[in-house]
Amino acid sequence: MKSDGIPSGCAISGLMSEDGRRIGGKVIIRSIACMHDRSNGLGGGFAAYGIYPKRKDMYAFHMMFDNIQAKENTEEFFKDHFNVDKDEAIPTQRQNGISNPPILWRYFLEVPENKLEFLSERDYVTKTVMKIHSEIDGAFVASSGMNMGAFKGVGYPEDIGSFYKLEDYSAYIWTSHGRFPTNTPGWWGGAHPFTLLDWSVVHNGEISSYGINKRYLEMFGYKLELRTDTEVIAYMFDLLVRKHKLPIEKAVEALAAPFWKDIDRMEPQKKKMAIALRQVYGSTLLNGPFSIIIGHNRGMIGLNDRIKLRPMTAARKDDMLYMASEESAIREIAPDLDEVWSPMAGTPVFGTLKAGVE
Amino acid sequence: MESQLPAEFIVNIDHERCRKCKRCVMNCSFSAIEFKDKVTANNRQCVACHRCATFCPENAITIIHNPLDYKDGYNWSPEIRKNILKQAESGGIILTGMGNPKPYPIYWDHMLIDACQVTNPSIDPLREPMELRTYLGAKPEYLEFEGNNDVSLKTELAPQVKLDIPIVFAAMSYGAISLNAHKALAIAAKRMGTLMNTGEGGLHEDLAGYTDRIIVQVASGRFGVTSKYLNSSALVEIKIGQGAKPGIGGHLPGEKVGEDISKTRMIPVGTDALSPAPHHDIYSIEDLSQLIYAIKETTDYKKPVSVKIAAVHNVAAIASGIVRAGADIVMIDGFRGGTGAAPMIIRDHVGIPIELALAAVDDRLRQEGIRNRASILVGGSIRQSADVVKAIALGADACVIGTASLIAMGCRVCQKCYTGNCAWGIATQKPELVRRLNPEVGADRLCNLLTAWGHEIQEVLGSLGINAIESLRGSRERLRGVGLSQETLDILGIKHAGIGQ
Repeated sequence: MKSDGIPSGCAISGLMSEDGRRIGGKVIIRSIACMHDRSNGLGGGFAAYGIYPKRKDMYAFHMMFDNIQAKENTEEFFKDHFNVDKDEAIPTQRQNGISNPPILWRYFLEVPENKLEFLSERDYVTKTVMKIHSEIDGAFVASSGMNMGAFKGVGYPEDIGSFYKLEDYSAYIWTSHGRFPTNTPGWWGGAHPFTLLDWSVVHNGEISSYGINKRYLEMFGYKLELRTDTEVIAYMFDLLVRKHKLPIEKAVEALAAPFWKDIDRMEPQKKKMAIALRQVYGSTLLNGPFSIIIGHNRGMIGLNDRIKLRPMTAARKDDMLYMASEESAIREIAPDLDEVWSPMAGTPVFGTLKAGVE
Repeated sequence: MESQLPAEFIVNIDHERCRKCKRCVMNCSFSAIEFKDKVTANNRQCVACHRCATFCPENAITIIHNPLDYKDGYNWSPEIRKNILKQAESGGIILTGMGNPKPYPIYWDHMLIDACQVTNPSIDPLREPMELRTYLGAKPEYLEFEGNNDVSLKTELAPQVKLDIPIVFAAMSYGAISLNAHKALAIAAKRMGTLMNTGEGGLHEDLAGYTDRIIVQVASGRFGVTSKYLNSSALVEIKIGQGAKPGIGGHLPGEKVGEDISKTRMIPVGTDALSPAPHHDIYSIEDLSQLIYAIKETTDYKKPVSVKIAAVHNVAAIASGIVRAGADIVMIDGFRGGTGAAPMIIRDHVGIPIELALAAVDDRLRQEGIRNRASILVGGSIRQSADVVKAIALGADACVIGTASLIAMGCRVCQKCYTGNCAWGIATQKPELVRRLNPEVGADRLCNLLTAWGHEIQEVLGSLGINAIESLRGSRERLRGVGLSQETLDILGIKHAGIGQ
C-alpha cells in the first residue's frame, strides 16, 4: 500500500492491561500497521512499560548516537555521573524500509548517593537528559525511565517495530505512533514517542501554542532542543505532576482547560479550582489540534484538544483499555469489545494499573 | 510684540456655500473664526481640530496646511526654525500635548503575525468559543491541592481582577480631561468588563457606582488619596512615571482648578496642582515597597497594586525590582504615550519604544523565574487591535489605550490639550465646552471601539488556530520581523520573516 501524499495527520494507538498482564509487541504492531495510510514513512515508534523486570529499579537509557565519538563522549559522561550496571546494543534486525539507523545502545544506570546532596534523584536524571541533548553533539536520549523504553526511528511504524524485534518484548502498556511530518524534519530522534523519565507521549496534531508552552517550561530549567512541539507535552507532565505535585486529573485539566462559559456554570468548589488552574497555568494550555496518549509507569492517559480537532476512539474489554486514532486499529487486535466510545473534546480517558500490581 | 510666526493652517471658507449660520463661529474654541459681515478666519489661531468643518451644515469649510514654503534645508527643518522663533519671542519651554509625533521607528509595523495552514487548522471564531478573558494580579508559581478523592484547592491566590477583553483605559486625570470624558470611560469600562483609570486627579463622587471597574492612582501629588479612595477601586496604581514625560512631574494650572476639581483633588480652588517629579517619600526601591505594602494594608490585601513606570533605558531591571518589591502588576508606558501637557523636549526625546521595553521586561522576569508574580500592562501608543495582538504575543497580559480612547470620543489629536480649549469637550474644564461631550454617546463610541477590536483579536486568534488569549501571551514564535536588524530581532526575541520553526 502506498501513501498518496495527502497529509492526513499521524496515527496513534495504545493498549494497556490494568491487571498488569504482559502483552507481546506483535499486537501493537498489528494495530498501528492498520493505520499505515496515516503515516508517510518519516517516523514511527513505540513505548513499552514493564519490559525490564530484572532491572526495574534502574534508569534504562535508550540512546541514539550519530557516530562512535558521540557514544564515547556519552559513556565518559555516564561513568562520571552514574553507576553503569549494564550496557548493550539494543537488539535490531535488518528490515526493508529502514536505512541509516544511528548507533542504538542501552544503559542501565543507578544514581550514586553522593550526587543527591542538592537535588532529588529524578531531578538529577532530568538534568542529565537535558545536558546530553545540549552538550554532547550527536547523542540523543530516546528514553530514560525505569522499567520502560522507547523504540523509534525513521520509517513506517510496522517496519520500525520489526527492526527493533518488538515481538521479543512484553509490556503491560504499549503506545505507538506513525508519523506524517509536515512542520518538522524527519530524523530518528524526532520520531515519537517523546519521553522524559517514565513519561512518554505519542501525539497526533500540532501544538499551536508551542511558543508560549516552550517559554514557560524554560522558566523552570527545561531545555527544549528537539525541534518539535511534542516534547513540551512530556515535560509539562513532568513539571505539573512530578514537580508541582498536581493530581493527575488537575494536570490534565490545565493542559486542556474547560471553556470559561462552562467554568462559569460549575458549582462553586469546582469553579474555584477551574478558575485558579487557568489563572496560574494559562501558559500550559495546549492549544491547537491534538490527540495524545501519555504513558507512565502506573497508567495511560488519552486526551483530545478542547474542540477535538483530531480523532480518538477508546474501548474496553475486560482488563484492557485501548485508544487509537481509528476504531479499526482497535478492532484489528480486539474484534470483540465490551465498550467503544469517542471521548469528548478535552475529556481525558484514564487507564490505571491496579494497586499492588507491578 | 506681534508674533512673526506664520500661521500653521489656512481655513478656507466657501462663501458660495456658506449660509452664514455662524455655527462654526460658536463651535471654534480657539477664536480662529469670527463673523465680520461674513465668516472670517483668523488663521493663526487654527489648530486643525476640525470642529468647525465637522459641524458646518453646508460642508463649506476646508482646512489646509499653510503652503508657505521655507527655503530648503533638511537639517534646519521648518519645525525647528518655528520652535526657535517661538522661543526667541517667549523665552519659555515649548509646551505640547498628546504623544510623540516624530518619525521614530514603529516596531509594531515591522512585526507580522503567523497563521495556520493545513496541519494545524485555523478556527472559525463565529462557530467556536474564542476566549479573551484575562485576570490581572500576582499568580503563585504552582497550585497546591488537598484531599485524595474529593480534591480541593489549598492555595489562596492573591487578589485577581477579571478583564473580559485585554484592553483597559489609560490613566487620564480629572483635570487633564473633563468629568464627562471620565464618565464616558467609566460607563464603557463597566459595560465592557474592563477598567478605567482615574489618573492622579482623584475620584469624582459621580463615579461612585463604577468603583469595581476603576483603577485609582496614587501619584506624587497624592491628590484625593484617602483610605476611602483606595478602597473604592478594582485595583490601586502607584504612578512613578509616564511615557510622554519620564522623570518629570505634572502641573495643572490654577485656572482649571474650579469647585469640583478642588473637591476631588482636595486642594483650594484656583491653586496650581503640582505633581513633583519624584514621590518625595520614594527615593529608592525599598521606599516603593513600603508604599506598596502601606496600600495593601489599607485595602486589607484585597486589591492588586500596580506600579506604573515609563519605558526608559534600564526598564527591565527596574521592572524586576518593582516585582520583587511586591507589585502585583507592572504597567509600562512607552515613549510614544500621550499626555495632557509636557515640555516638547521631554515628550519627543526621552524614553524608549514600548515594543522593546516590553520584550526586555518579559525576558528579564522569565530569566529570573518571577514572570508569574506580576501581570504586565503596556501602553504608549497602542493604535489598533493588531498592536494589541503583537503586544500580547511579546508577553503583555493586557494593553492600555489612552489616545485611541480619546479619538473614539471625538479627539482629533491636535495636540492642544494643555490650552484647556478642547473643542470636543474632552481636555477642557470650561463648562460650555465640557457639555459638548455627552457621556452616554461617548461611552457608546468607546464600547463600539472595544467591541470591534475584540472581534478583530478573535479573528486573529482563530487564524492562529488557538481559542484562548493565554495561548498567545508570550508566544513570540507566532511573530516574525520584517526589515529589522539582528540586534532588534534579538531584543524582541523573534525571528526574521522567512525563517520557519
